[in-house]
Amino acid sequence: MRAFAALLKRELRLSVRHGTDTVAALLFFVVAGALFPLAIGPAPETLGRLAPGIVWVCALLAALLPLDRLFGADFDDGSLDQLLLSGLPAGAVALAKASTHWLVTGLPLMLAAGPLAIMLRIAPAALPVLLAGLLPGTLALSLLGTAGAAMVLGARRGGVLLPLLVLPLSVPVLIFGAAAADAAAAGLSPRPHLLLLCAVLAVALPLSPIAAGAALRSAAE
Amino acid sequence: MLRDLGFELAGGEALVVLGPNGAGKSTLLRVLAGLVRPAAGTLLWNGADALADLGEHARRLAYVGHQDAVKPGLSAAENLGFVQRLGGGSIADALAALGLAELADLPARMLSAGQRRRLALARLALSSAPLWLLDEPTSGLDGASVAALGELLARHCGLGGMVVAATHVALPLPRAAELRLG
Repeated sequence: MRAFAALLKRELRLSVRHGTDTVAALLFFVVAGALFPLAIGPAPETLGRLAPGIVWVCALLAALLPLDRLFGADFDDGSLDQLLLSGLPAGAVALAKASTHWLVTGLPLMLAAGPLAIMLRIAPAALPVLLAGLLPGTLALSLLGTAGAAMVLGARRGGVLLPLLVLPLSVPVLIFGAAAADAAAAGLSPRPHLLLLCAVLAVALPLSPIAAGAALRSAAE
Repeated sequence: MLRDLGFELAGGEALVVLGPNGAGKSTLLRVLAGLVRPAAGTLLWNGADALADLGEHARRLAYVGHQDAVKPGLSAAENLGFVQRLGGGSIADALAALGLAELADLPARMLSAGQRRRLALARLALSSAPLWLLDEPTSGLDGASVAALGELLARHCGLGGMVVAATHVALPLPRAAELRLG
């Protein structure tokens, strides 16, 4: 646990020093979201109906942005070897990376989602549900993204492969997340969708670090 | 790549692995570190399969690869922070052992190639692991730094530690055995 905490602290320090990744993801999220009213028109009822889906798609794409650097720099400068020889299981190294990704990307996206959703005229009843869904949703995206980033490590054109690998895996998160907010907007219970979102997280939480850890060991060879 | 290869190392001994480029020196070190699984053969530690538990094996060794694993965005001292939290020891002493005491707070991106190499080697001074694996440890080092490294290695061997170093130049280890590859 001490080693995991030390690694998490190191990763957070590195992320803060490279704060441009977080800023870039946030700017992409807001700018991409702001493009939709320009493309589909400013009618509040149309925008409000599409708002949950727009926020979720933009959050998913923004969360992908920093993923190719998640392990890439460590792989290039030899730090990955040091991490794998730290005595921590490779899966724990991956979990620390996923936690860092969520803290410096997922959490800021979650905080920015509220203003963006309001700008897109989301139904007032759907806003808290959207934000509640983004908590497990962004956590799951960080875990799935970490596994994807580890799997394409060292591959040629890894940056192109990464979204092709992660986006299909993220479809359930997108469906249940947007459906929960849609249900709340329609006066229905969002609970089943939120529970399914939590179920996706419950599956990703143990499996993604294991898969990522195996991929990291393979990349180090 | 590596065939018919076998050697033993006891506490206090050092082995210098020599050979031309591509002979498999780095691969041998990565196998010894558990980073690469050998297609055949065994790696034993006190008679037991060393690679059966990679986490436990990792705690027995300190590895300095041919890359420095130095983060340019962190200071020299911060670069050692993670290793220090794992193994204890004093970062100031580790930096001083490699002549980097005055550069502790300097961002690593401002260090020269030789200074970055010394910073990578400073991890050894924080390690209490018995086995040190070094891949071209003198790469980019000046004479004084090579001598400081020699002192560090001699002290480690004097305390019963083991060193395996891949290199194509002489290391300041007077009683090191040699293994030639290729």
